[in-house]
Amino acid sequence: MSENHGHHESHHAHDSHDEHHHQESFVTKYIFSQDHKTISRQFLITAVIMAFLAMLMSFIFRLQLAWPGEKFAIINFLLGDRMGKDGTIDPGMYMALVTIHGTIMVFMVLTGGLSGTFSNLLIPYQIGARDMASGFLNMLSYWFFFLSSVLMLAGFFIETGPASGGWTVYPPLSALPQAMEGSKLGMTLWLASMSIFIVSALLAGLNYIVTVIQLRTKGMHMTRLPLTIWAFFITAVLGVLSFPVLFSAALLLIFDRSFGTSFYLSDIYIGGQALEQTGGSPILYEHLFWFLGHPEVYIIILPALGLTSEIISVNSRKPIFGYRAMVGSILAIGFLSFIVWGHHMFMTGMNPFLGSVFVFTTLLIAIPSAVKAFNYITTLWKGNIRYTPAMLFAIGLVSTFISGGLTGIILADSALDINIHDTAFVTAHFHIVMGVSAILGMCAGVYHWFPKLFLRHMNKTLGYIHFWGTFISAYGVFFPMHFLGLAGVPRRYYSNSAFPMFDNLIDINIFITSFAALAAAVQVIFLFNFFYSMFRGPKSEQNPWNSNTLEWTTPMANTHGNWPGALPVVHRWPYDYSKPGKEQDFVPQTVPLAEGEVDGGGH
Amino acid sequence: MIQFLVYVAIILGVLAIGYLVRVFELASSLKGAKPEVITEQDNRLQGRLMLLFLFAFFAYSIWNLIEFAPRMLPVSASEHGVEIDWLFNFNMLIIFIVFVITHIALFWFAYKYYGRKGIKVTYLAHDNRLEMIWTIIPAIVLAVIIIFGLRSWNKITSDADPNSMIVEIYAKQYDWTARYAGADNKLGDANYRLITATNDLGMDSVSAGGKDDIVVKNEIHLPVGKEIEFKFRSRDVIHSAYFPHFRAQMNVVPGMTTMFHFTPTITTAEMRKDPYVVEQVKEINAIRQAKAKKEGRTEKPYEFNYILLCNKICGNSHYNMQMSVVIDTEADYKKWLATKPAFYATPADAPKEVAAIK
Repeated sequence: MSENHGHHESHHAHDSHDEHHHQESFVTKYIFSQDHKTISRQFLITAVIMAFLAMLMSFIFRLQLAWPGEKFAIINFLLGDRMGKDGTIDPGMYMALVTIHGTIMVFMVLTGGLSGTFSNLLIPYQIGARDMASGFLNMLSYWFFFLSSVLMLAGFFIETGPASGGWTVYPPLSALPQAMEGSKLGMTLWLASMSIFIVSALLAGLNYIVTVIQLRTKGMHMTRLPLTIWAFFITAVLGVLSFPVLFSAALLLIFDRSFGTSFYLSDIYIGGQALEQTGGSPILYEHLFWFLGHPEVYIIILPALGLTSEIISVNSRKPIFGYRAMVGSILAIGFLSFIVWGHHMFMTGMNPFLGSVFVFTTLLIAIPSAVKAFNYITTLWKGNIRYTPAMLFAIGLVSTFISGGLTGIILADSALDINIHDTAFVTAHFHIVMGVSAILGMCAGVYHWFPKLFLRHMNKTLGYIHFWGTFISAYGVFFPMHFLGLAGVPRRYYSNSAFPMFDNLIDINIFITSFAALAAAVQVIFLFNFFYSMFRGPKSEQNPWNSNTLEWTTPMANTHGNWPGALPVVHRWPYDYSKPGKEQDFVPQTVPLAEGEVDGGGH
Repeated sequence: MIQFLVYVAIILGVLAIGYLVRVFELASSLKGAKPEVITEQDNRLQGRLMLLFLFAFFAYSIWNLIEFAPRMLPVSASEHGVEIDWLFNFNMLIIFIVFVITHIALFWFAYKYYGRKGIKVTYLAHDNRLEMIWTIIPAIVLAVIIIFGLRSWNKITSDADPNSMIVEIYAKQYDWTARYAGADNKLGDANYRLITATNDLGMDSVSAGGKDDIVVKNEIHLPVGKEIEFKFRSRDVIHSAYFPHFRAQMNVVPGMTTMFHFTPTITTAEMRKDPYVVEQVKEINAIRQAKAKKEGRTEKPYEFNYILLCNKICGNSHYNMQMSVVIDTEADYKKWLATKPAFYATPADAPKEVAAIK
């Protein structure tokens, strides 16, 4: 079944049936499955669990920030002395929690989880393919992802604890076991996990690219692709071009740690002795890391924006405004994301002129981003908005993408970055623009495509509560955090109590932690809704949202090969909602153009 | 045992919610309604909540400003910092305008066009003129931001005045050491292989420039109105020297020397009299005294001080790597400096074997 299916309707249904009947054992169907739908579900469930764990980690360190040094009965009760003595959180563990929270969220949840779930689910469905180009590589990609997730968590179960040098793991801190406990075995596990994760990301990315290029059904021109697919496609290209660079960064770090090389190390005196390594530079690592690191934030946000485009259009019952501009923006953002990495390094002492170049390229990204935001807003204008929970999340994303993006203008300005670099302002900015936005986009996707994932609906009332709770607490947590940064509070501080000048900020921290508690509580509701609806939710009809895209032309069953008969043929773009002169307010892509009808938004 | 019971209670709680949801779903399906279908009522409620959120969000933003802005850093105590603050406020103004306009549009449309029967949807796929407008306007605004930003950046990062005073800031886990260049305004050579218990900075005793270097810990004093060129070195991991009150920061990277220069403009004594700072210090002291009283100890009142702190994750005690910075008048500074002996002032301190290694 992993054969290339071709993309023409000459491919008959009974072929695929014959292929599949004999291999439906439990293991091949649910565990080592090569079916894109099953793999998508595997990614999603793993990511939901990882996200929940990472959120709990953040809640623990938020407790410490609000009540520094306090003994927390709840932590003592649930975790014993694992975080620190008698329910306190000790500095090493705090650093570890910050590091692993960041790593899991960025890589396991918002890269592997987000792309893994929705690229897998929607690429074959929406382009009209029976499966991914290679089901086998797809399966490997999930299991490498699974292994890397397990290894990332394994650090909590070893004596010296997990990696704790921040998710960016800058050497020499991460390279020298003498520098901190977390740079011992925990760091080795981190590097192993990350290397395996990169393998997974590359296998997945190559597969997505090939599938989009090769397996589009008849009539599905690139200009008729839903914006979801455009977003996933460019995301995959970004990943394939940038993840290998992170791999090289990790590999050189492994050499420095274990084989005495000095790629990143020079002139170091630590633990009472001068090290032999000389001639390297940690700045090299920063360049390599951020060469991935910056495209990475677009690897995270583009799929979320893609899902949002689709959801906003479907639920506004209007075509997405400016389809071509949207595609152009995705391409522009993708391209620019490769030439802006230096804005993470304004303060490393790099040549100020080079800094100027990065200021320029970085601020350019604001233009396509602004176009996207305006186009979303215009899509709502004069629509007929159906408020599914997914739609709420999509609108929430537009709001956080704007408010987080705007503070990016401050950080991209190198002169201003001098004062706020590495402060809580940065934490606030990137959490809103990429963390919260991507999570909102992912939730939107889960609610919207739950009927395709699990053939059932999620409970809408719980969905509404989940949205408002999440959205409000996201701003509750991250809005005041900007002010902490402007008061001069650095990020990754275990406690602000070492500086009397920060003592008047403690109630801001308590305020933030209270909203973090609310956010966590609301996610429990989601978790319940998610697993409950998977088994007990009301069954969905075939096209519950009256959508145009191809996934809703498949039967509500886990049909192998997706379409029982011939592959659908596409005749129009996916956004013909409320087209004048049509009976219904949607026209599926499979409906032929009427005589004289213009495709792609003309009428 | 209690732990076990709590877990059981949690599981039972989850099951109870599950059954409750089930009951509601069954009840509504008995009434013939499909619980998953979005009704006009849902749309109206969520649309109104969107509008409510718009007002609440703006109110919340304003409350944030009123409540938290008085706790921000006081006026910049350096020349270039004043320019940075101006630039920040300028950008913030633009951001605020865009934030307000886009959010009003977003949530107003979200409310106004909530789904109901009979609403007429406008089939609008694109509009080249509109799209040109919102490509060109952001481009122009960004051009302005870039021009202003780079003008300041170039000024701040241009070479230091050759007459500026040179001070080395040396970082290690988890403290700062300063080295003054002495009368010749030249720092002596240093090498990490020369580091010993008494020679923290790895200073080279045969280096001519180093003879009069002065090494200081815990607190540095600097003269007001004079440009200081800082040279940063680290012995172990990357640190970042952040002087928030001067809007100055530079990473401190092992294996290389980084630099930053600025001119302090306000002495510590003057800053302590600044009404904004007085107000902040009063509040801080009230909080500290209340806390001390609760814990049954006495607390010395806090006095405002400039500070140098570490702003790049550097290990477990990253959160407590600091040094006081005192800005003096020229006369006071000289008086203070006179009390500090040069590192090699006492011949016994100059290790002879160091020269041999070299």
